[in-house]
Amino acid sequence: MSAYKIIDHEYDVLVVGAGGAGLRAAVGLSESGLNTACISKVFPTRSHTSAAQGGISAALGNAGDDDWRWHMYDTVKGSDWLGDQDSIEYLCKEAPRAVIELEHYGVPFSRTEDGKIYQRAFGGMTKDYGNSPVQRTCAAADRTGHAILHTLYGQALKHNTKFFIEYFALDLIMKDGECKGVIAWNLNDGTIHRFRSHITIIATGGYGKVYYSATAAHTCTGDGNGMVLRAGLPLQDMEFVQFHPTGLYGIGCLISEAVRGEGGYLLNSKGERFMEKYAPNAKDLASRDVVSRSIAIEINEGRGIGEHKDHVHLHISHIDKKIIEARLPGISESVETFVGRDVTKEPIPVVPTVHYNMGGIPTNYKAEVLTVDGKDKTIPGLMAIGEAACVSVHGANRLGSNSLIDLVVFGRSAAQRAIELVKPNTPHEKISSSETDKCLDRFDRLRNSNGQNKTSELRLTMQKTMQSKCAVFRTEKTLKEGVDKIKETYEGMESISVKDKSLIFNTDLMETLEFDNLIRQAITTMESAYSRKESRGAHAREDFPKRDDVNFMKHTLSWHNGKQIKIDYRPVTLSTMSNDVQSFPPKERIY
Amino acid sequence: MVKFNLPKNSKVLKGNYFKDTTGSKNIKKINIYRWSPGKNENPKIDTFEIDIKKCGNKVLDILNKIKNEIDPSLTYRRSCAHGVCGSCAMNVDGINTLSCMKSHKDINGDINIYPLPHLKVIKDLVADLSTLYRQYETIEPWLKTKEKKSKTVEINQSKENRKKLDGFYECIMCACCSTSCPSYWWNEEKYLGPAVLLQAYRWIIDSRDEERKERLKIVGDKLKLYGCHTIMNCTSSCPKGLNPAKAISSLKKMLATN
Repeated sequence: MSAYKIIDHEYDVLVVGAGGAGLRAAVGLSESGLNTACISKVFPTRSHTSAAQGGISAALGNAGDDDWRWHMYDTVKGSDWLGDQDSIEYLCKEAPRAVIELEHYGVPFSRTEDGKIYQRAFGGMTKDYGNSPVQRTCAAADRTGHAILHTLYGQALKHNTKFFIEYFALDLIMKDGECKGVIAWNLNDGTIHRFRSHITIIATGGYGKVYYSATAAHTCTGDGNGMVLRAGLPLQDMEFVQFHPTGLYGIGCLISEAVRGEGGYLLNSKGERFMEKYAPNAKDLASRDVVSRSIAIEINEGRGIGEHKDHVHLHISHIDKKIIEARLPGISESVETFVGRDVTKEPIPVVPTVHYNMGGIPTNYKAEVLTVDGKDKTIPGLMAIGEAACVSVHGANRLGSNSLIDLVVFGRSAAQRAIELVKPNTPHEKISSSETDKCLDRFDRLRNSNGQNKTSELRLTMQKTMQSKCAVFRTEKTLKEGVDKIKETYEGMESISVKDKSLIFNTDLMETLEFDNLIRQAITTMESAYSRKESRGAHAREDFPKRDDVNFMKHTLSWHNGKQIKIDYRPVTLSTMSNDVQSFPPKERIY
Repeated sequence: MVKFNLPKNSKVLKGNYFKDTTGSKNIKKINIYRWSPGKNENPKIDTFEIDIKKCGNKVLDILNKIKNEIDPSLTYRRSCAHGVCGSCAMNVDGINTLSCMKSHKDINGDINIYPLPHLKVIKDLVADLSTLYRQYETIEPWLKTKEKKSKTVEINQSKENRKKLDGFYECIMCACCSTSCPSYWWNEEKYLGPAVLLQAYRWIIDSRDEERKERLKIVGDKLKLYGCHTIMNCTSSCPKGLNPAKAISSLKKMLATN
């Protein structure tokens, strides 16, 4: 591929992605003196962390007693015992320090009467091991993600992280099973860049755009996950896709759980508060998988609202106007902008909407990427954090406000581990051109493709298939159909067409490269779901309605390289990291 | 008689016309600025006939429809589609706005879509924001405290002090305000512009920050702040309903009374 001139860079550590996780890692790395680069396909503050609304969990105890062990219990239970308890212990124990650190960085958290960080109630967050709701979710009104993202970008600037903005990462450079860096395409001038690094940290976020209706941004295409699959490495627990109970009907825009945390509730067409039936204790603040399933059942049984009886209503008009103004201003604005309703007077039409990927690149709590070879094996030079990773702290279902804390705790953890592993300015070994060529071959082939299938059409088929065959409820039949249809869509790539052949800001080509990443994740998601014959967390099988700990208390691993798909499993870590807390043994999950 | 000469390739020409092929009766004409680097051609306005009934409510939905169904080479930035990331800022119907929040139902007649004004165009609707991003770095957008704080306790901030940040911390840096400001058009290199000044103000009024004086000194330097001539385009264009003009006048007042 000598046709492309390659511009070389060398860094101690390379972070791919500049959302909350990538930026937190970059801050820690730059602060330590490691020569750090961060590449991102969008300007950092455009990353999807900006869309996080409700808050970030940490047992600060600013609104009554709290304990990180209670947080840990809630997270283990929320994960339906698929989360790794050592990682969950690390997350919950580190959370308070991480939030205080964010506050010191300058995050404009809302405040309590005595000037402390304001905390609100969120789904599945309880005190005393499931006893009663607790206010654990730290909030900056309903713009917490925005506030954190902008603050972290400022910190990265303070510590002189070298940013490469609007660079699209194409592939990992792998040599003898080790990661040596990344090949990327600079959208602004069309040049190709080879970044060599001792450690590459993938922080590229989730892949919500495999679905038709998602709260995810257009840019949430799981590019890091795609790169990992092409490197011959597995993804983990891809079948666990979170449907947020309250996506704005017809639009997909997120309506934060904070609305229910502040006292909002759901009603069906009969005006019933149906969550009382499904979760007698937690009601509207049960965990997300439970609430989403309940809404789906209400709609399936004919108690949905509207002409097509296909959504429900979220009410907050009973809440004091001043509280709405102070704590939910963003929600009020979104509802006004997108459906023209005044939330202080009218209900919000909502429907379960794809929101988060619990699955991703398997890692340990130090963020080192894992594969299996008889037993767990780390991949030298490669780390993953944030929604791209599967640590796994969220297991089969993530609790609201546990994702923002995941970003900063494991972003820091990755930086710490990299600092242990890399001596600043260690020389880089030579890499042959074959690995670069392989990556550029794919780039060049897609760029010059002149087939019959439009990228947008293949993408739409994939999204509609995922939406209908891999939804809130799944069966053997729908999943089998889904597996076949997604495979067929993937084969359609052989005859794909890219009209724009240029190199500068060619979004036609970029969307095609993104689709190449998406479709591989659609395949692994569908196959993993098909293979898991039980119901656990967000994976609800109508034909296997019970959790099956004997056969399925294990992580799914899925490989997809070339046309081959392979499924395997690795055990869940039930033991804790320290003696500060005892392991929580599996039990029935009732809210 | 004075004769004006436009620089080479700067005249916007009539471009391609993409006629509706569906036979729809609900046609809206969308005129879009197109320019590709490396082609050595003048910019042009392409016109697309769109069945507006088969399209979402926002201008971004129109662009997506064109890109997906008619011309995949149409180039624009977009990400969240919900008005929080700031990617899809452009000039729609003569006003800078986020295309994902702007309803096309509010627009009578043809819809005209241009990149943000007075920036270098990279391609089609994608403009170069690097100057603004560099200026953002100069205001040092991070909290400054004199001594190390306890790692286990937050810095106390009263509700009243926190409330002062409302209306300012929400800025998503879409650049609609700065690129609507004639003063910024003329003095982009010297004047910081409303977006960056609003960000500067956000840190200056944060009760936790301990370098207010130094910060004021930095922005108070000549044209950086005083390039503002109170034209107020910034405030009328902000898609998030913020008031950069107020931030700027507060800064001027703080400097005058300090």
